[in-house]
Amino acid sequence: MTGQYYPILLEALQVIIVLLGAPLLVGWVRMVKCWTQGRRSAGLLQPLRDISKFLVKDTVLAHNASWIFTATPYVVFGATLVAGAIIPVVSADLPLAATADIIALVAIFAVARFFTALAGLDVGTAFGGMGTSREMMVSSLAEPAVLMSVFTVSLVSHSTSLSYMVHDITTVSFVLRPSLAFALLAFVLIAIAETGRIPVDNPSTHLELTMIHEAMILEYSGRHLALIEWASMMKLFLFASLGISLFMPWGIAGIDDPGMIPVALVALTAKLALLGVGLVLVETGLSKMRIFRVAEFLGMAFLLATLGMLSYFILE
Amino acid sequence: MTLLLLLGTSAIAAIVLAFVGDRKYAHEINIAGSAATFVASVFLAVEVYWNGPMLAVEDFFFVDAFNVYLAVLTAFVSTTTAIFSRRYMKYERSHGRVGHKSMRFYHAMFQLFIFAMLLALLTNNVGVLWISMELATLSTVLLVSLYRTPSAIEAAWKYFILCGVGIALALFGTVLLYFASEKVFGEGSQGLLWTNLSASAGQLEPTVLSLAFIFLMVGYGTKVGLVPLHNWLPDAHSEGPTPISAVLSGLLLNVALYALVRCKVIVDGATHSNKSGYIMMAFGLLSIIVAAVSMLRQKDIKRMFAYSSIEHMGIATFAFGLGGPVATFGALLHMLVHSITKSAIFFAAGTASQMNSTQDMSGIRGLVKGNPLVGWGLMLGTVAIAGVPPFGVFTSEFLILTAAMKDAPYLAPIFLLGLAIAFAALFKRVMPMVFGEPAPYQVSIKASNVPVIAHLVIMLVLGLYMPVFLNDWFHKAVELLR
Amino acid sequence: MDVNFAAQINGILAALILLTSFGLLVQKRVYGLLHIFAWQGLFLSISTAVVGYSTGLHHLYISALLTLALKVFALPYILYVLIHKLHIHKEVEDMVNVPTTMLIGIALVIFSYDLMSPVRELSSLVTRSTLAVALSTVMLGLLMMITRKKAITQIVGFLSLENGLFFAATSATYGMPLVVELGVALDILIAAFIFGIFFFQIRTTFDSLDLKEMEKLKEEE
Repeated sequence: MTGQYYPILLEALQVIIVLLGAPLLVGWVRMVKCWTQGRRSAGLLQPLRDISKFLVKDTVLAHNASWIFTATPYVVFGATLVAGAIIPVVSADLPLAATADIIALVAIFAVARFFTALAGLDVGTAFGGMGTSREMMVSSLAEPAVLMSVFTVSLVSHSTSLSYMVHDITTVSFVLRPSLAFALLAFVLIAIAETGRIPVDNPSTHLELTMIHEAMILEYSGRHLALIEWASMMKLFLFASLGISLFMPWGIAGIDDPGMIPVALVALTAKLALLGVGLVLVETGLSKMRIFRVAEFLGMAFLLATLGMLSYFILE
Repeated sequence: MTLLLLLGTSAIAAIVLAFVGDRKYAHEINIAGSAATFVASVFLAVEVYWNGPMLAVEDFFFVDAFNVYLAVLTAFVSTTTAIFSRRYMKYERSHGRVGHKSMRFYHAMFQLFIFAMLLALLTNNVGVLWISMELATLSTVLLVSLYRTPSAIEAAWKYFILCGVGIALALFGTVLLYFASEKVFGEGSQGLLWTNLSASAGQLEPTVLSLAFIFLMVGYGTKVGLVPLHNWLPDAHSEGPTPISAVLSGLLLNVALYALVRCKVIVDGATHSNKSGYIMMAFGLLSIIVAAVSMLRQKDIKRMFAYSSIEHMGIATFAFGLGGPVATFGALLHMLVHSITKSAIFFAAGTASQMNSTQDMSGIRGLVKGNPLVGWGLMLGTVAIAGVPPFGVFTSEFLILTAAMKDAPYLAPIFLLGLAIAFAALFKRVMPMVFGEPAPYQVSIKASNVPVIAHLVIMLVLGLYMPVFLNDWFHKAVELLR
Repeated sequence: MDVNFAAQINGILAALILLTSFGLLVQKRVYGLLHIFAWQGLFLSISTAVVGYSTGLHHLYISALLTLALKVFALPYILYVLIHKLHIHKEVEDMVNVPTTMLIGIALVIFSYDLMSPVRELSSLVTRSTLAVALSTVMLGLLMMITRKKAITQIVGFLSLENGLFFAATSATYGMPLVVELGVALDILIAAFIFGIFFFQIRTTFDSLDLKEMEKLKEEE
């Protein structure tokens, strides 16, 4: 393999993994969920089939929908894909990772969310507005917590560059760090809230009183819906792999170590599969909480993230 | 030997009284126990007076001029309180304010309380000092709630929680103290012995000790009742039985102040400055002013005198903070005279409220006509505590004022202002109670007048003439606290 | 055990103790409080034992056992029995402003860190960094006693404050002399009996363990 093309190939591989891995992960989660509930599952590929079905269908637009409404699916999908291009999933040596650090990553997700929220308001339905207001409440609480949590990791590895952070954590000898444990706990809570899983939101219902994310995208159909659904699957995948690469990156291919990539792929699949099972267990074990308790839930995440940061200063 | 006898007497008395319970002669045993403790303390004092400071039981106890005089004072006031409590508590018992079980509890805890205070005074170990201070709190908590009225329980709960928290902070200070001393003395109890700490205070880390002092100040300061940590004090003193108010006010506050001063000596030795003194002066002055102003608007007689205790503890704290021979001498004398006067006042006030079956000052009238001894007792006690010559409080306050004029002239007016307000408040309230026609519901009761008279006579003597041995004692104590 | 590794374990335990302190601050259910309190005691006891093992100071084992017996078994059990006898095991305390309380708590942790940093500089012990956590536990216990309005939660706050003191003693000096530790434990035990009696007194007098009823003794204006 020539060194010149290696970065491009690696980046291409990464994008493909994100694009295809995301529906597969969602399919896996649904499968495991079916098993735990004693149902037959639709198979691992069902989300992919859904997306391809939506892609060929016609889109129906509301009369009063503006350009924001039509642009949003592309913006959201594009932003999420960019995020997918900078999170090291199989190799720490990701060329695009150098262009954006962890703060930019949070901002990219914020752009996607901002446009979804605008689109929710754009058509002027009651549900869209309600969903937007709830989403904004959740994100306004989750964002400081997510920043606090990743900053803790940055402090430990002395960098905000994702590549470098992953590299640092894999190479430095193992140390018990309470700060990372707290940051991980906080991150898990935030990831649940951000990706709209139980107990904060339930992606599989359209119950008007409880939905958050679904309420905003209620008016979408056809390929727009496909893109948005795909983007939200990728979001789940990305949060999972971000968590993996920040807190348990062992097995990931190091810098200038292409030989490790197959191993890294296997490790990633195994970790994601385990994570999927964990997610299902959480979702079956808990019930969705009242919207007003979400603030408490995220407050706890913020507290944990802050404790993580404080214990870095105090104890390490 | 005398020392163990001194501590043993109150401990044994506590156990014996726990078994005797509510029998007829329980009061007499209580008096006998306290009196025996007093005799032992006098012997100990004589021993120390002739032979100088002594260490005992593997350096666990340390007796010098400073603590032995407080030990004698504690034993003395506890004896007179026991005498007073005999008739007072019998009256309360016969009027159903306390029950059968409560009396057993009352006597045992009274002696345990005395034991805890003596242990706090005599121990050489700063950690044990903390433990016995806590024990002194715990043994009195349930005595404050003895009457089981809602307000008594509330007062006791406040006392328990606030003092518990305060004293917990003092433990943190003690830990820091040990942290600093461990570097010098190494592991083990040696590092907590006051004699070691004060002898080599210069080697201790000043930053740590300054930090430790803040915690100790807040911790023991809560028990001294310094403003703004005083909230528990008026409640606890007014809601408990009068003998308990007398010992809380007259003795426990002294012991807490003693603990604080002991710690201050170490801290000053380490920091080579009087920073801790300034903190104490600030707390002291604030207490004087706030307590004096609060006294103006009190309705409950015991509550008003509780505020007066805060004021006087403020005076003593201020004086210890000033430092210097004159101020320290004044502070030591003030602790003595305040405790004797204040307990006498509480005796008189307790009897007065029993006679009128109320603690509300507007309901108490014409005490001199009703019972001249109680009336004049309260009147003279008030005169004495307000700092009117020729009583002892005047002497000590005068000494402190002289020292303040010299060392901190800009603070002296504030100090005087506080005294003046307190003076006005006391007389405004006490005059109507003492003089005039008695209220129709006033009953005459048999009260023990001996303690009141004894205390007031001592006060008068101390005001007119300072006995040589006391003078020597105080001079030695002043030397120790330099 | 490697001293460094012991320090790391101790750090984790310190972080857990801090977490339980925050847990106590926001827990509404009485049972939940007891469980968290017992966990805090357990972490404290393990931490003391780890320090004892890694430094070879055997008197710390006694202190660890004392903590285990007192803070993990005896006190939670006493409280449990009291709660049952008083029939308040289903009570839920309504709290206002949990987020504000948490923020104040975080501020207190930072304050403690700042206050303890000179001491930390001077210490050479492996446990020195946990001293700030110990002081935070004390402060959070205080905060809990201020913000809570039920007798039982105030007591739990008080006991958690004492936990912080024990932790401070271990982390600053490898434990106080044994005489002192035993004396402190005795005092806590006596305090436990006293508040037990208190609960009944309060209950029979006020018909509730809510301290809102107990606000009569105030200065009259």
